[in-house]
Amino acid sequence: MIVDLAIYLGCAFLLAGAAFSLLAAIGVLRLPDLYTRMHAASKAGAVGGGLILLAVALVSFDGTVALRAIIAVAFLLLTTPVSAHLLARASHRGGYQPGVKTEIDDLKSKSEQTPSA
Amino acid sequence: MTAAELLPIATMIALVLLGLALLIGTMRVIIGPTLADRVLALDLLTVIAMGFVGAIAIRTGLTLYLDIAIALALLGFLATLAFVRYMLSRQSKEEERR
Repeated sequence: MIVDLAIYLGCAFLLAGAAFSLLAAIGVLRLPDLYTRMHAASKAGAVGGGLILLAVALVSFDGTVALRAIIAVAFLLLTTPVSAHLLARASHRGGYQPGVKTEIDDLKSKSEQTPSA
Repeated sequence: MTAAELLPIATMIALVLLGLALLIGTMRVIIGPTLADRVLALDLLTVIAMGFVGAIAIRTGLTLYLDIAIALALLGFLATLAFVRYMLSRQSKEEERR
């Protein structure tokens, strides 16, 4: 009974994770500029990968495997925002402008004070 | 339908969805337009490949595949860091030239 429940839940997590990954890829392809694409890649992508690893943890029925999967999810959730932040920072310093529809740019004043940066 | 019958179907659907995601991410890597877009898409591709490995681990029952997923997560993070360092060093070189 509880085994069946874990497998059903694992299947649901697996399909949800795959759907989130597909949505992240579509967002990366379709959104207008780098900074909005970053929303799709870092949030939906991390949730997609994390849900699939949680599905592995649910389906495996093995403590060590589940622990490794949960450690991988924690690692993913820690590193994805860091890399997205670094990439946004580097491209903003490099003069990559946000799209036309972006109205608020909080870093703009800083980059105007030091125009070469 | 029993739970054991559901598992191969669910993993096959997930693998198809993830394969489509890999294709779409590759399109963004190809069309660019800047280096940062390509780095972002490559970062997403490693995460999707992680999900692919996880789905294969469930399908085959070989949980050793999970180690590959962990290694891919680390590799994707370090690759993005290296690319960002490269972009920053290229910017500072251009500033020195001015």
